[in-house]
Amino acid sequence: MKKKSGQKEILMRVLTCIRPHAVLVLLSLMMAVLSVVLTLYLPVLTGQIVDNVIGPGEVDFAAIFAIMRKMAVAIFVTALAQWLMNIFNNRIVYRVSSEVREQAFRKIEILPLQYLDTHSSGEMVSRVIADVDQFSDGLLMGFTQLFTGVVTILGTLFFMLSVNIRITLVVVLLTPVSLLVANFIAKRTYSMFRKQSETRGEQTALIDEMIGNQKVVQAYGQEAHVQEQFNEVNQRLSNYSLRAIFFSSLTNPCTRFVNSLVYTGVGLTGALSVVGGLMTVGQLSAFLSYANQYTKPFNEISGVVTELQNALACAGRIFELIDAEAEVSDEGADEVLPRDPGAVTLKQVSFSYTKRTPLIENFNLSVRPGQRVAIVGPTGCGKTTLINLLMRFYDVDDGSIAIEGKDIRRLKRKNLRGAYGMVLQDTWLRAGTIRENISMGRPDATEEEIIQAAKDSHAHSFIRRLPQGYDTVIGENGGNLSQGQKQLLCIARVMLTLPPMLILDEATSSIDTRTEIRIQQAFQKMMQGRTSFIVAHRLSTIQNADVILVMRDGSVIEQGTHRELLEKGGFYAELYNSQFVMPE
Amino acid sequence: MWKLLKYLKEYRKESICAPLFKLLEASFELLVPLVMARIIDVGIKNQDTAYILRMCLLMVALGVVGLACSVTAQYFSAKAAVGFSAKLREVLFAHIQVLSFTEMDDIGTSTLITRMTSDINQVQSGVNLFLRLFMRSPFIVFGAMIMAFTIDAKAALVFVVVIPVLCVIVFGIMLISIPMYRRVQERLDRVVRLTRENLLGVRVIRAFCRESQEIRDFDEKNDALVKVQLLSGRISALMNPMTYVVVNVGLIALLYVGASRVDAGIITQGSVVALVNYMSQILVELVKLANLIITVTKAIACGNRIQTVLEVPVGMESALDASSLKDQTDGIYAESRSEAAAVSFDHVVFRYRGAGADALDDLTFTAKRGETIGIIGGTGSGKTSLVSLIPRFYDVSAGCVRVNGRDVREYVPDELRRKVGIVMQKPVLFKGTIRSNLLWGNEDATDEELIEAIRAAQAEDVLRAHGKETGHTAGQKGASVTEEELLRESLDAPVEQEGRNFSGGQKQRLTIARALVRHPEILILDDSASALDFATDARLRAAIRDLNRKTSAERTGHNSSQAVSEKAADTAGSMTVFIVSQRTSSIAHADKIIVLEDGRVAGIGTHKDLLETCAVYRETHYSHFPKAEEDGKPGKEKTASVSGAGRISGRESEQNAGSCGKEVLA
Repeated sequence: MKKKSGQKEILMRVLTCIRPHAVLVLLSLMMAVLSVVLTLYLPVLTGQIVDNVIGPGEVDFAAIFAIMRKMAVAIFVTALAQWLMNIFNNRIVYRVSSEVREQAFRKIEILPLQYLDTHSSGEMVSRVIADVDQFSDGLLMGFTQLFTGVVTILGTLFFMLSVNIRITLVVVLLTPVSLLVANFIAKRTYSMFRKQSETRGEQTALIDEMIGNQKVVQAYGQEAHVQEQFNEVNQRLSNYSLRAIFFSSLTNPCTRFVNSLVYTGVGLTGALSVVGGLMTVGQLSAFLSYANQYTKPFNEISGVVTELQNALACAGRIFELIDAEAEVSDEGADEVLPRDPGAVTLKQVSFSYTKRTPLIENFNLSVRPGQRVAIVGPTGCGKTTLINLLMRFYDVDDGSIAIEGKDIRRLKRKNLRGAYGMVLQDTWLRAGTIRENISMGRPDATEEEIIQAAKDSHAHSFIRRLPQGYDTVIGENGGNLSQGQKQLLCIARVMLTLPPMLILDEATSSIDTRTEIRIQQAFQKMMQGRTSFIVAHRLSTIQNADVILVMRDGSVIEQGTHRELLEKGGFYAELYNSQFVMPE
Repeated sequence: MWKLLKYLKEYRKESICAPLFKLLEASFELLVPLVMARIIDVGIKNQDTAYILRMCLLMVALGVVGLACSVTAQYFSAKAAVGFSAKLREVLFAHIQVLSFTEMDDIGTSTLITRMTSDINQVQSGVNLFLRLFMRSPFIVFGAMIMAFTIDAKAALVFVVVIPVLCVIVFGIMLISIPMYRRVQERLDRVVRLTRENLLGVRVIRAFCRESQEIRDFDEKNDALVKVQLLSGRISALMNPMTYVVVNVGLIALLYVGASRVDAGIITQGSVVALVNYMSQILVELVKLANLIITVTKAIACGNRIQTVLEVPVGMESALDASSLKDQTDGIYAESRSEAAAVSFDHVVFRYRGAGADALDDLTFTAKRGETIGIIGGTGSGKTSLVSLIPRFYDVSAGCVRVNGRDVREYVPDELRRKVGIVMQKPVLFKGTIRSNLLWGNEDATDEELIEAIRAAQAEDVLRAHGKETGHTAGQKGASVTEEELLRESLDAPVEQEGRNFSGGQKQRLTIARALVRHPEILILDDSASALDFATDARLRAAIRDLNRKTSAERTGHNSSQAVSEKAADTAGSMTVFIVSQRTSSIAHADKIIVLEDGRVAGIGTHKDLLETCAVYRETHYSHFPKAEEDGKPGKEKTASVSGAGRISGRESEQNAGSCGKEVLA
């Protein structure tokens, strides 16, 4: 893992994220100045009114009304400025966080499979959702309070300077102490916030895993065990949270304490000055009230600082995701596949997921256009890996894969993947209607085409029986559909796109043999003259293949047609015969 | 939301102390100006430097006490809030765990994840802020009003008008915002769902080159989220300005009333100043409150969403009084148990919630103890639904499912499920080690038992392959590492989340091993050999038969030799096995085969019977064995192949052992 970037860098990143909204920030700042100045001005007006209310019969109502009108105007302008400021702040924050979210999502779309296969999805969801959420909350607090706070400090500083410069200096010199304290605490809390965020990610991953597979948990009666596991993480999370929240909330009382010291200091020097005849009592009281007003924003700011800490910790995790290395860009890829590509060549391909355990080594294969290539072999022999390489989900470590003589690394991924239609054993459907799921590869398909594809894949009859037919909404994991029905939908999805080449990885493993044969026929009709790669355990389904590759431990040990391989009497023949075992 | 507060009970002490200390702190803060006044009135007036110093020290002391109070308050409120949310997460997670499959299908995983994370976080900050400020703010607001009354009742009436108006504004905005925030969270759900889908379905999405559409889709959902966020933001943005206007208009009114009262000679100029000060104090406090209100509003909206999940009734009435039920019925069933059918379906009808048609229709059959039942049928014919009813993942719509002669609804779910070992279609492993995964089947299993189960599940090579890394360390420790030790060490091979570091076939075999570890009374294999090649599948079935024989023999042995626990007597007899499959070869040896078509029984019988009597079965069988049909002599081929299989498996394991030996050496 990369070294965690420091707070400063993260802050800079956040600022660059905000930069596009500089105009709004400026407007918000102006509104903040306006509202603060008016807020500070209002007591002056009130004072003037009070000065006109001297005693019985000595009340100048005309003057009072005039000032009151001014006050009314000031009040409404302040309110308006505050409202606008709030709206601008909302806009900045929600826009920024939504942009960050979009960036993160865009990155997910181009992250290499290597990354996605090794990072838990729940944890990543937590980054895109929970962390961005906390980030925007912190940012919002920061904007609303930091702005007004800073402006209030500057405003009161101005008023104080106009009263007494010497004591103002005392105040100005003492207040940074509170910032130092805040900083001291903040540094320590940041790591706690970071830990809290990480543990939260871990917990989300656990929730994702356990709730997503709750059926298995229940089937094994492991609820208590899982709960225990959950409680452990939960306990850890709450420990970190408690520390993070408590330590961060120390900032406020501590700075307030420092401020009360400042206040006392001003009182002391002020009082002594008065005793020494350097200052009047009236001046002292005015000064004290300003000192009070001056230190208050520091409290607020220090409070905001803790929120910002949390926000930065979360932002750090999001940036980590955004900064993760993307797939090798295919910008420079200049080759383009011809209309109906079919020839695939693998030359001395080597590949492994981890450096330590080699998987595929020195793999050679040449497929002529229109050939049906079947890949068989015991589980874990590298069949699925081969498909990962063909689709360029992973890049080969050594050697090359070429389509029509063009190295696939010189092609745009879209071009390459568009040339294949793929059905995987692990069915994946999204929440949505049946129609949406079938037309996923071709959103512009007509109703007739969709129904035809469903008929070809023999999904039509079960779809028709669903309560709303093609408009039935299926849940997140395919809902109540059976595994076989899900596979049928995945097949329909590919049949609709009519790709030049086809990859079937155990595409019919959960479909009954009768339907399977019919689907095979449909595939055969569809794949007439098209290259296809078929991984299957049911050897009956691949007998018609033009070439059968028998794989074992990452390399091809036998190669030939069904008949040739049977005659050879090798591993394939054994595999083949074993499936007709009818034990008594 | 309010019902959730009961989980705060455990932190009653903290939730009371936090605001109290906050209040103390506020009071100390209020004392400071009084001390300052003393300095001016007494110290300066008398030119008493010593007095000034003493008073300043007092102020510092007040500051220290205030700090102590405040820190204590912060600690208590943080503890209460964090503890509360931890408890809430725990309770919610526990509740989700007992939700039945039907409810889980209905609710969906993504929204549960947002509720467990984002929503609870919001509630946590809400509670934290609430505890710190809720006593303080009203204390100061009403305190100011009461102080105003002590000065002048008529002028104080302004406060009486202003405060209710403020309440209306604050609560009005809250009421409007709560549903808005709920909508925000709902839209957030959609963003979560899309993110999850894109992570889980990455291969399909990339294969179909849908990245740009997905991004567009995401942007759209994200925009929708931002829109409601902005809308709700716009409304809560009104809070500050509106309260500001109200308080200051109140101030003007106060000044006017005050002025006329002064004019009439009822109060003095100083009193007006005091009244104005109190009004300003309210304003300052309200600014703080506004933040609180927004956070609390969000927290309430989120809390309601959590509440909704907690209120989802557990669909299946588990026999809560099952213990008593058991006492009553035990006697009756104990006698019949030995002969009773292990599983029987009695006119079972089952329909998924919201589905258009019955998944199972009038299903009746009996499986005797120790029998192997094959279930076969077309895609979507109800095979999985059938076996899901045995461990009561779903409740029947009509009819009755009995295990050991007792309605499954009369069992405590845990007791029922302990009898059943089910291997699901989609193999899932969990983060941990191979051992921790297998122990799910039976927590007390020894390493030997685990390895035995792994061998039976034909997963020894998986263990070897994944144990290699741990194996290396063992190899370094000493040269003389036995085979068994190596395997045992391999049990600690890490499993990543959802077992993603294992291939489909490897996962399938490990999940089978997991089921075998539990020595279940009823073993259900739901098409769990689909990713296995035929040779492995055949060996697997043979191994399960062997295991079955062995364990039953062991059990009877125990029965005769040792003092037998009641439990052992319960499970005496062998395992009843249900095999769901697409291939007739996998189930041909079964004692009974159930052929399903569209949720109905198309035929029940042995392989031989069905070939003669059941058209669906015949068609299925010959779709896979076209040769046998041609030859017309299936029997002969069968016997020939059986011997062949024996040969293969023998050589297979030799080869496995050989290759693994090499790996270890290397």
